[in-house]
Amino acid sequence: MVRPMPHIFTSTGLPLWLLGWGAEFLRAEMSRLLALLFHQGVLDEQFLQLQQLQDESSPNFVYEVTSIYFSESEKLLRNLKLLLMEKELSDYRKIEIHLNQFMGSSSSIGANRVRNVCVTFRAATEENNRIGCLRALELLENEYYYLKNKLHEFFQIEQQRSLAARVRYPMQD
Amino acid sequence: MVCEVENILLDDMEIEPVPSMWPEDIGDAGKQFNIEQPGKDQDMLEEVNIMDEPTIVDFKHLMALNDYTEKGSTQLAYLVKRWEYKQANVVRLLKEELDNLSRQKQEVEQKRLEILEEHRFEEGDQRPISVLDDMYDFWKEVPRRKADVIIPNKKVEVDAEYDTAIYWKQRAMHVEKLLEASMQREHMLTEKLQDSINNLENQSSPVEELSQILKRADNFLHFILQNAPVVIGHQDKELKYRFIYNHFPTLHEEDIIGKTDVEIFTGGGVKESQEFKREVLEKGLPAKREITFDTELFGAKTFLIYVEPVFSKTGETIGINYMGMDVTDQVRIREKMAKLREEIAVQKAKETELNKTIHITEETMRAKQMLATMSHEIRSPLSGVVSMAEILARTRLDKEQRQLLDVMLSSGDLVLQLINDILDLSKVESGVMKLEATKFRPREVVKHVLQTAAASLKKTLILEGHISDDVPIEVIGDVLRIRQILTNLISNAIKFTHEGKVGINLYVVPEPVMENDDECRQNPNGILSNNAENKPEENHTSVRPRMENETEEMPRSLEMETTVWIRCDVYDTGIGIPENALPTLFKKYMQVRADHARKYGGTGLGLAICKQLVELMGGRMTVTSQEHFGSTFTFLLPYKVSTAPDNSDDADDVTTMTNHETVPDDITEGFFQFHPRSLGSLFPLNGSSRTSMLLPNGVGHGLSGTSEGSQADNGKFSRMSSPEDASSIIGAAEALTEPECSPGCSSSHESTSAVITRKHGNQHFMPDHADLQNQAELEQRNGNANLTLPGPCETMRKSCESSECTTAGNLGATATNAKPKILLVEDNNINIMVTQSMMKQLGHGMDIVKNGVEAVQAVQRCCYDLILMDVCMPKMNGLQATRLIRSFEQTGNWDAAAEAGVENVSLDSPGSISNSSQSTRRVPIIAMTANALAESADECFENGMDSFVSKPVTFQKLKDSLDKFLPSHSTT
Repeated sequence: MVRPMPHIFTSTGLPLWLLGWGAEFLRAEMSRLLALLFHQGVLDEQFLQLQQLQDESSPNFVYEVTSIYFSESEKLLRNLKLLLMEKELSDYRKIEIHLNQFMGSSSSIGANRVRNVCVTFRAATEENNRIGCLRALELLENEYYYLKNKLHEFFQIEQQRSLAARVRYPMQD
Repeated sequence: MVCEVENILLDDMEIEPVPSMWPEDIGDAGKQFNIEQPGKDQDMLEEVNIMDEPTIVDFKHLMALNDYTEKGSTQLAYLVKRWEYKQANVVRLLKEELDNLSRQKQEVEQKRLEILEEHRFEEGDQRPISVLDDMYDFWKEVPRRKADVIIPNKKVEVDAEYDTAIYWKQRAMHVEKLLEASMQREHMLTEKLQDSINNLENQSSPVEELSQILKRADNFLHFILQNAPVVIGHQDKELKYRFIYNHFPTLHEEDIIGKTDVEIFTGGGVKESQEFKREVLEKGLPAKREITFDTELFGAKTFLIYVEPVFSKTGETIGINYMGMDVTDQVRIREKMAKLREEIAVQKAKETELNKTIHITEETMRAKQMLATMSHEIRSPLSGVVSMAEILARTRLDKEQRQLLDVMLSSGDLVLQLINDILDLSKVESGVMKLEATKFRPREVVKHVLQTAAASLKKTLILEGHISDDVPIEVIGDVLRIRQILTNLISNAIKFTHEGKVGINLYVVPEPVMENDDECRQNPNGILSNNAENKPEENHTSVRPRMENETEEMPRSLEMETTVWIRCDVYDTGIGIPENALPTLFKKYMQVRADHARKYGGTGLGLAICKQLVELMGGRMTVTSQEHFGSTFTFLLPYKVSTAPDNSDDADDVTTMTNHETVPDDITEGFFQFHPRSLGSLFPLNGSSRTSMLLPNGVGHGLSGTSEGSQADNGKFSRMSSPEDASSIIGAAEALTEPECSPGCSSSHESTSAVITRKHGNQHFMPDHADLQNQAELEQRNGNANLTLPGPCETMRKSCESSECTTAGNLGATATNAKPKILLVEDNNINIMVTQSMMKQLGHGMDIVKNGVEAVQAVQRCCYDLILMDVCMPKMNGLQATRLIRSFEQTGNWDAAAEAGVENVSLDSPGSISNSSQSTRRVPIIAMTANALAESADECFENGMDSFVSKPVTFQKLKDSLDKFLPSHSTT
């Protein structure tokens, strides 16, 4: 499923993008990946909103937002796990708060599938269904890590692309 | 005949055992030597026209061969056997026929006996039969049969016993006939037998048979060989031809038979073939070989020759059979093919080599450009760092701080220098570097270089410069590069010199044919006049007659440019360079000793750059050195000299260093010396110039923070290196900051604050999303800046406004402004970032609080035009907070809030009064809900919210809400 990064190496061992090549290729690769994620429903239009917010004054906006999202989500996931591991699971309310958080931030960055799992998760907590909660947590982790991997890949390509786009040779000036 | 013509193409010409051509096993006849039986379609061969001429046979020898060689005799034996077999067959057939005949004879005898018996019985019967009866007919038949056998007796008997005349007569006649027939038959048989015997005699000659067969075989062979391009022959022990078949005969029988190859023809290959045959003869093993003949007889031809030894019955070799085939065309084709193949291989090899080279070249080019690009990219921010540090150095610092800063500066300079070196090098190498031609004064350059060196001198060295009088006042060249070379060499010299002198000598030389002589420690005595107007006096000897001639011939008014070669020696009394290190001295990244890098620092690029630059300018660079005594680097460069008379007027334009240091008298000064003592006096001068040069970079750096787009500007700034440029930048910077600064600001403060202001301006447009905490600090700094720059500073104020609100705790009282105040109550950092960013694009700033309690407190402190309220929040959710705010708006007091446990932060501050006075105004509160369910929407409205936005917040939703609730502030 996960395609390896398109590194084309020159004989000097430098990846091609470092020499300023392949910006277009990488751009195409980015849109391919994005299209895939949209097609799979992993992301939704909100992600495009984020991209629109990215401008010269905040060139890395999407990256910054998502990295915060990831760090916070990891915390939330950890908490959720701890709560669900408690022997006497009583505090469904707390779980719900966490889930609301998770849901809010997920929908803000357009992580559609993660959000949907959150909704099911919350439904399970409302019914005090522990088995359902555990199952949902597992699903949530799956979705979350899938998203994370994919976005990681995405940003990696973008980074290369912006590097490649920025390489300029003194010949030109 | 099995002729093994292998597909011998290339190189197996060595003797190798090959099966004999003659049939090995004669007994197994009919397989190796198959001939059609001559009976049926002999016509087949008859139709074929067989030419007899080609074969030339020594028949006697053939007989001898048949007699003596095993092969011949077996062959003969085979034929005899065959014949014998055939004869036996015939005998058998004849015997069978004889048997047949004798059996017939026996049968006939038996019949006769039977008939006799029968007749005897008849006699005994004695029955009277009338002759006239029809019985006659009966008898007619019978006796004929009887007569076959026993004619004589019957006749007698019949005659004797019956008296009937006719009967007896007839009977007698009949019997006589029978007898005749029998006699005839007997005769015929005898004849047949005789015939057979005759036939037998006729066929009995084996020689005939044999020759017949041989003839047939011969015919077939002829038939096959008729058009075959082969030569078949037999040669005896002395390699004399005994038999030869040649399809294209060129010689007569007598010319060949009984002669050897060598006797027959001459030319290339004849000997070889003879030798080969002899070899086969000696070894007794058949072999094949390709031999190229070049004879008068048939020209240059290649034959594939098969030679096979012939053995006698005793096993001795008595000759050879040989077969040759003309393969000239094949060989030619083969050779052509081989050649072509070889050419292709060579071509391919060349191609790959070329490709490799191209590839490598491309890679190298790219890598170089890459290096240049990277260096360039690194240089810009680094120069920013260094120049900021410079500025910092001018502020009041304690001793430790200053020391740290000094280290920082020197390291920064070092890195900058390194990068510049790399950049230069790759520029020169990739041919990008362009030389500029400007007028400059060599004396000033030398002086300035020494001055600069002296400024940073930390050793007790004497720096000196001698410029001979013949050096023109002004020359044309790329002064920057020349300075670079000089500076490089000087700093190198200083680096490796611990005591003594370091100096520069400059003098004019004739166009060089000369090479590194090691003198030049002193001024050369023979100093020449030149075309520079100021120095017509000291013309002694002409070291460069050509120059002089030229200049004298040219009328000055023409403003002709002439070329003058100036030699420059940079000498030192340092550690010197060992002999073996000289060859690699100018190589990149090479230092004389590995530990030098540690001891003296440096990259090993300096000399390489110098050499490349010198060569780029059409000069040459050499070095002489004596270890422990010093080195002299010498470079020769051609300069153009303008003969225009208005040189002195251009002085201002030409100078490339700070003018104020150059007194007019300096123009012709020929000797400078800087003692360590002068360090103190020089330093401030140099320091100031340095700062002023670096400042523009600082400004550039400030700009570079804003966006990628300003990098170009930055680059432009950093390229400006002359003080004029620098000061113009400062001027610009001043112009920028002028309105904001009080007139009393010191110049240093001016520039400093200019940068800081710019910086804050930038920060205003690019808030640090990653860490909201930082914004508080930023604001703190902002406040400081405000203190330094009192007065109506619009930029500052705006930046303060935008950033001051980022944390709830820092909401300072600010003057009212046109922009609506918006409060975002949200606990989710992501949502905060997204919403904030969207708001920013819509042209609004926002205050942000993290929960309901803080929201209430914020409202207590300040009044807002719009509140965006998250519903689900820890501590106090949005609904409750809304209720409290509404309650305050209705009652004008915060009792409800106090009841809910929210501490009123605004009670002590004067702001609360103003807030309470405005309490009646209803703030629009927009709920932001994660779950856009209808019931939660109702809930929102019930709790006093005006609208709600379902999450995720989108640009459009936000814009709509703003349009709805802030109609007076049109969004951008």
